[in-house]
Amino acid sequence: MIEISKFVVGLLILLGSLLSLLAAIGVVRLPDAYTRNHAASKSATLGVLSILLGLFLYYLLIDHVANARVLLGIVFVFITSPIAGHLIMRAAYNIGVPLWENSVQDDLQKARKRKKVDEQ
Amino acid sequence: MKTNDLILQTATKVVVFIIILFSWHLFFSGHYTPGGGFIGGLLTSGAIVLLLLAFDLKTVLAFLPIDYIKMTATGLLIALLTGVGSFFFDAPFLTHTFSYVDLPILGTTSLATAVLFDLGVYLVVIGVTMTIIQTIGETE
Repeated sequence: MIEISKFVVGLLILLGSLLSLLAAIGVVRLPDAYTRNHAASKSATLGVLSILLGLFLYYLLIDHVANARVLLGIVFVFITSPIAGHLIMRAAYNIGVPLWENSVQDDLQKARKRKKVDEQ
Repeated sequence: MKTNDLILQTATKVVVFIIILFSWHLFFSGHYTPGGGFIGGLLTSGAIVLLLLAFDLKTVLAFLPIDYIKMTATGLLIALLTGVGSFFFDAPFLTHTFSYVDLPILGTTSLATAVLFDLGVYLVVIGVTMTIIQTIGETE
């Protein structure tokens, strides 16, 4: 039992750190602000969630303590991290950070133009 | 152009409760684990600052009609009175005590008078932080 739980905990923490590494590589390698934010907000969230879940299982299965603060942290990061990503992206779009030159679609710009036409 | 803050405001309504509950947890567990009045007060004022970021100053004032300067004064008064209270038992200033009490739901709990002093610290920290932030936010 203890060996299996150690294996599961190690797997979760390793998976989380690999996902965080993947997020960091994405931030360095991707071409513009929006794709970079895409990598950072998604993979980093899942990476942190995996590490925290591994920590919770470590406390629960090996130390036999149910640490509610870690669960609360999982819920909190899961709610707030994508919203932080959304707010950063929206702020970047509003001050006119350009899209990658090979981008083909900008629906938000179209929607805003249509709204302006409707208002006039 | 009027910005649409629906996502931020909806998330704030959920998250503020988590932050305030966690700050109270830090406040009450400060005697035996890391935490206490200072960090609990900072976290509570952090929750109020999040409300200020998502909504505006008038909405938050209508929601929490608190005069933060009076809150600071109340906290200082509580901290002083817990110090003065030890005079009634012929003990030096700021002598604290504790005892084990059987509470209905929580079981045997140690209740310490240091918690009352911590409550004063908690109120002072919230009051000072929110006064600083609101006075900076109001100046044009």
